[in-house]
Amino acid sequence: MELTGAEIFVRSLHDEGVDLVFGYPGGAVLHIYDALYTQDKVNHILVRHEQAATHAADGYARSTGKPGVVVVTSGPGATNAVTGIATAYMDSIPMVVFTGQVPTHLIGNDAFQEADNIGITRPCVKHNFLVKDVADLAETIKKAFYVATTGRPGPVVVDIPKDVTAQKTEYSYPDKVSMRSYNPVHVGHAGQIKRAVRMMLDAKRPMLYTGGGVILGNAAESLTAIARALNYPVTNTLMGLGAYPATDPQFVGMLGMHGTYEANMAMHHCDVLIAVGARFDDRVTGNIEKFCPNASIIHIDIDPASISKNVKVDIPIVGCVDNVLKAMLAELGNSKQQPGEGTLDGWWQQINEWRSRECLKYDRDSELIKPQYVVETLYKVTGGDAFITSDVGQHQMWAAQYYPFDKPRRWINSGGLGTMGFGLPAAMGVQLAWPDDTVACITGEGSIQMCIQELSTCLQYALPIKVINLNNGYLGMVRQWQEFFYQKRYAMSYMESLPDFVKLAESYGHVGMQITSPADVEGALIEAMQMKDRLVFMDFLTDREENVYPMIPAGGGQNEMILI
Amino acid sequence: MRHIISILMENEAGALSRVAGLFSARGYNIESLTVAPTEDPSLSRMTLVTRGTDEIIEQITKQLNKLIDVVKLMDMTEGPHIEREMMLIKVRAQGEKRNELKRVSDIFHGRIIDVTDETYTIEMTGAGDKMDAFVQTLDAGLIIEVVRSGVSGIGRGDRSLKL
Repeated sequence: MELTGAEIFVRSLHDEGVDLVFGYPGGAVLHIYDALYTQDKVNHILVRHEQAATHAADGYARSTGKPGVVVVTSGPGATNAVTGIATAYMDSIPMVVFTGQVPTHLIGNDAFQEADNIGITRPCVKHNFLVKDVADLAETIKKAFYVATTGRPGPVVVDIPKDVTAQKTEYSYPDKVSMRSYNPVHVGHAGQIKRAVRMMLDAKRPMLYTGGGVILGNAAESLTAIARALNYPVTNTLMGLGAYPATDPQFVGMLGMHGTYEANMAMHHCDVLIAVGARFDDRVTGNIEKFCPNASIIHIDIDPASISKNVKVDIPIVGCVDNVLKAMLAELGNSKQQPGEGTLDGWWQQINEWRSRECLKYDRDSELIKPQYVVETLYKVTGGDAFITSDVGQHQMWAAQYYPFDKPRRWINSGGLGTMGFGLPAAMGVQLAWPDDTVACITGEGSIQMCIQELSTCLQYALPIKVINLNNGYLGMVRQWQEFFYQKRYAMSYMESLPDFVKLAESYGHVGMQITSPADVEGALIEAMQMKDRLVFMDFLTDREENVYPMIPAGGGQNEMILI
Repeated sequence: MRHIISILMENEAGALSRVAGLFSARGYNIESLTVAPTEDPSLSRMTLVTRGTDEIIEQITKQLNKLIDVVKLMDMTEGPHIEREMMLIKVRAQGEKRNELKRVSDIFHGRIIDVTDETYTIEMTGAGDKMDAFVQTLDAGLIIEVVRSGVSGIGRGDRSLKL
């Protein structure tokens, strides 16, 4: 039987195993929305702004490992989605975004709601497709999911002109697809793995530095096994938190600009560095000239282009991190050489000395609400087992520092692009994927206002997210930099005319709370968590000029931290 | 160092802009770029001349390989290869200059393909530096127009870029 392009679109999603899409209708996608209306296999979540559709799909993808799916209309629908696409691209999140396009005969005519979606999204997608013939639609959708979810994952855009969604053809969805130009590597080079294991067994001051790739590659178990087998200290990047249990004694905390003293000092002094699914981002390395001056570096990554991009490495291993780590474990088991008893005692002693510096301590006797205390209490109240999304800024760093994640895919934040406005819509995607779990969005009064309209979506779909608004009345991270580096000239970092967040939440049909005293923090959080079926917006008025410590100032080495 | 990178890519709309976009987004320079279909109509062959340190060239080839439309590529300059470029150059050729221009063109194995009372148009092929040398030999005031095709390259002997 012949189906229309719109029907093929919906059938293809279903056959791909997609049951949830996020989107917003418009002229160019009306046929698609009509096809969605007449079936019940693919559910559609209506957001209030296309940026939120991409962030929600992103949160869904990060928390489940499945690709997030988005439908938006042509022109402004697509351009509004770009921030979310770029966010997913920077963090390698599998996502397929379908953009409407004006009919093929109008493309290039400056037609109503026309934008060059392929051109606009090209630099921030893994790949994109323009479908000009309905006969290509099903196969293109298959390819889009294949590209988005394999190799180093990333967003893929499929641009579909309106007339293509009306044309008819026979439908058949391919079981699999092969592309001669795209063959991701799966297995690491056996010789390189042998060499790496030998180097690791000889290490006196080893360090495991692991990133988002371990989470994306579902390699947390293998990582934990190898770290335990070798008794190595482990640090995670911002994107990698949860890949190794943060409450484990071998975990030395996050590294980088706002990483712990012990993690950064251990990086600086290590003799063998094993980077796993991490990309030596500038927020991690600090001054590249001063990065790990004494270390031989092993780098495991699925993307060859990530290797020796910023830092020259000694043993590169390209492959799925999970496969490589498993091969390393097997190699360790077979090796005649075994980790020497007590070899690392001196190294651990040194690390524990750095630890005793207690770099994350803060004033617990303050009469003001310390933002760190709110996050710590949230950890306590949620038993450390909530899904936490965040926006971008000081609150993001405090969430990363004071909420130790023991499981992967629990910490959902925009690390690479640093997108304010990410937290609330991402939490929607997480909550939809995990309806029975606690989902909290740690945010600030600056970030939350960038996608605040999604409180309406949360009501429509009864998403009981807990919004933890660390409200200091400043764009805190901007203010902190202005305090440190611009002689306290607080240019535009003061948020004037803030709304009454309690009333705002209430006007959207949710519960609003304002908390002004440290004594009320725990009680309020417990009360909010008990409202299992309600979104609770918790406006914490915090110490206005608290800073994030430790901090490596721009240009500093990892051993040059500002401590409190 | 100067590198000639040959790329086989899917002959699809937008493939060229992916390569050009990659270079501008990552701040790599392109000295020249040529592209045309091959004997297999589904494949285009692109030849790209760029400059950079070894690290930059390594990144360029890795990033190019990462583009989904790129099927295969080869850095010609890593091994024996032949480099060719075609140039069309229109020069003012009057009085005694006419003979001199003809002689110089002959030395460089150029062919005069169009003649008027006042101009010659010369066709020349060879490596890029030969074109540079020829242009430099001419009195700058005589040059009316220079059209260069950009460099193409092919491996010597058994060395070839094919699927």
